[in-house]
Amino acid sequence: MNFDLSQEQVAIRDTIRELVQDRVAPRAAEIDEKAEYPKDIERLFADNGILGIPFPEEYGGISGSSVTICMGIEEIAKACATSSLILAVQALGSYPILVAGSEEQKKRLCPPLASGEKVAAYALSETGSGSDAAAMKTKAKRYGNEYVINGTKQFITGGSIAGTLVVFAQTDPEANHKGISAFVLERETSPWQAPKLEHKLGIRGSPTAQLVFDDVKVPAANRLGEEGAGFKIALAVLDRSRPGIGAQALGIAEGAFDYALAYARDRQQFGQPISSFQGIQFMFADMATQIEAARHLVFLAATKVDAKAPDLTKVASMAKLFASDMAMKVTTDCVQILGGYGYISDYPVERMMRDAKITQIYEGTNQIQRVVIARSLLK
Amino acid sequence: MDNPRRPGAFGAEVGVEGPGATSSRIDDALLLAPPSPWLRPPMVLHRHAFPRPGSLMDLDLPPEHASFRDGVRELAQAVALPLAAEVDRDHRFPQEAVSAAAEAGLLGVLIPRQYGGLGLDALAFALCIDELARACASTSVIVDVHTSVGSEPILLFGTDEQKRRWLPRLASGELLGAFALTEPASGSDAASLKTSARRNGDGYVLNGTKVFITNIGRAGLYIVFARTGPDERAAGVSAFLVPADTPGVRIGQVFKKMGLNGSPTGELVLEDVVLPAANRLAAEGQGFAVAMRALDSGRIGISGQALGIAQAAVDEATNLMKGRARERGSPHPAGSLREVADLPTWWGGQGDDFTLADMATRLESARLLAYNAAWLCSAGRPFTRQASMAKLHCTDTAMQLALDALQLAGEEGTFSGSPFERHVRDAKALQIYEGSNQVQRIVIAREVIQ
Repeated sequence: MNFDLSQEQVAIRDTIRELVQDRVAPRAAEIDEKAEYPKDIERLFADNGILGIPFPEEYGGISGSSVTICMGIEEIAKACATSSLILAVQALGSYPILVAGSEEQKKRLCPPLASGEKVAAYALSETGSGSDAAAMKTKAKRYGNEYVINGTKQFITGGSIAGTLVVFAQTDPEANHKGISAFVLERETSPWQAPKLEHKLGIRGSPTAQLVFDDVKVPAANRLGEEGAGFKIALAVLDRSRPGIGAQALGIAEGAFDYALAYARDRQQFGQPISSFQGIQFMFADMATQIEAARHLVFLAATKVDAKAPDLTKVASMAKLFASDMAMKVTTDCVQILGGYGYISDYPVERMMRDAKITQIYEGTNQIQRVVIARSLLK
Repeated sequence: MDNPRRPGAFGAEVGVEGPGATSSRIDDALLLAPPSPWLRPPMVLHRHAFPRPGSLMDLDLPPEHASFRDGVRELAQAVALPLAAEVDRDHRFPQEAVSAAAEAGLLGVLIPRQYGGLGLDALAFALCIDELARACASTSVIVDVHTSVGSEPILLFGTDEQKRRWLPRLASGELLGAFALTEPASGSDAASLKTSARRNGDGYVLNGTKVFITNIGRAGLYIVFARTGPDERAAGVSAFLVPADTPGVRIGQVFKKMGLNGSPTGELVLEDVVLPAANRLAAEGQGFAVAMRALDSGRIGISGQALGIAQAAVDEATNLMKGRARERGSPHPAGSLREVADLPTWWGGQGDDFTLADMATRLESARLLAYNAAWLCSAGRPFTRQASMAKLHCTDTAMQLALDALQLAGEEGTFSGSPFERHVRDAKALQIYEGSNQVQRIVIAREVIQ
């Protein structure tokens, strides 16, 4: 048993922390206000190797460890949830290749992602197919050595800016979820359209796109796994990416907590700092305890991903559920501690509260996490 | 991979370091950005700038701990569980379970082998108490108090002579240990205690009344905290080893409680109790430090108790819901999400399922906090904050999960003799003793805010 990060992870974390404090934190409010994708931050992460964290060295990356990925997402999310998604979605969009790709596909598709030359995205949801992923309507039909994809995907994080996109589509609509297959689309050869970006409550700088596939051709060599394996791949990927959402929630909560704590030490009322009032102290004690509990769950899940443990699905869902519910509660309490200042946009905690909400919804709503957990307990 | 565009990349084979290294092919967006601190030498990173991985995070129990836990579980399920309802109903001491624990060496988990103990660490101790509590909370509190606050102070602060004299008898279970700090007017504010220890030649004379003492009447040795002065607060407190058969030691009222009925709780009355100096534990004035250190690891034990009760609540709730599914003639849906999302008509229990999912998730988070505190303690690292967080979160979790399980069980769960109502009554004490959860929040806030 060992709760500590490795020396290497600590060194990577400290580097990311410094980079984030210097370059990301000063941009966070502006990214949120303008709701513009921070291309500069993407480049910063690419140039500093951060986008290579999800990949093992043999595919041009620097880690491939879920613990390292989660640690990186957590550090970035402390300052800017939008920016943390750049790493989180790089991992999400690459996991299908790393989990289900052939050696040839990994060698061919991963290096441009690991170097940060391209960013990845993951297209599963549709208008009528959210939690019920198997109800998807997007179709892929085979003609010789190619598939032709038609359909529309909804709520695709980074779908408009990705260079590499993993798309799930029905190759055998009769077979229900067993007819879904996974494809890797590269923008140069298989261009898709992103006609609409959503306006959102939080993570406003992260583009959430509707993607349209109108006779998009993709080589059969870019199909991941067998025909019909797509649904299994989608679930296996979500198992591995959910700890990352937990890490994002954790980082958001810690960012809000640190800000509120510094504020409470400084803010004078009744002739003393409000941190001297026991009512406020108990809020901090409870928040710190919940953050600590969530951190251990997130990293337990991450170690299970790295060890390919048999109870990975359950623990990943627990980490995502607990950390995101925690983040919603903690950020709301931090706004409360700042009072009126917490509610206005001159202070970052209201943004963090808005950013926290999505962690309860995406990559499987927390209701779906409870279904997954209950099923594993009661089977 | 070699990528000259990105000399700063973690993965790149880097030949160049320092400012200007990336300037040739930098993106437009970056040129607009302010002067970039990441270009400073420490920020320009490459793979071999990092130390090798070192030991990797591993949150699984070590195999030897897991097998120890399995052994305790077997014993607890075989001996303590069958007694649990009866000792609760009859308010009787679970002697069979305590004796079985003693025979297996569990009363000396923390005591080194040279003194007849098992010589295990804080993590093993937490697992032991956890498994006992999962079977019978009364048994677990008896063993917990004996092992941590009732014996460990001798281990940590005793002289060689004190260790040789007391530890073997505590390890074997010949003597049960107890901890006497609280007084009627001195609870969370332990430094205000009034029991006096007056110098008497080479020794001391103790007078006063201690209250809410676990293992009262069963303990052979009480660790008693009394004021030696001259300071009126913490610095005037000393710790004493008081054998139960010392003249002047008397058991006062034994309380009737809401739960943990198999574990006796009561008053320890000290009337002109004469003790030799050899029975003082640590230096004069060090008593408060002894008490605080004992309570730090005591909190790991209480966390273990809480985990056991919470696990029992989850176990009972899970069995109940599986049983209900069987009665409906249908197993719980398993398989793809699609099948679950189809919501078969017979399956109307998603609300209950979600309660169970939340219970299990919260329990897992609590377990990790407790293991983390125990792991730090075993490694000799500071663990006060983590132990308080573990005690707070584990005991609040035990209370909530016991209530949730009772709610799932419905009215039948409230009937006397049902494990559901017993878990609720047992869990409540944990939020109060060994530092109420309000005190834990004070400790945590102090550590976090300062």
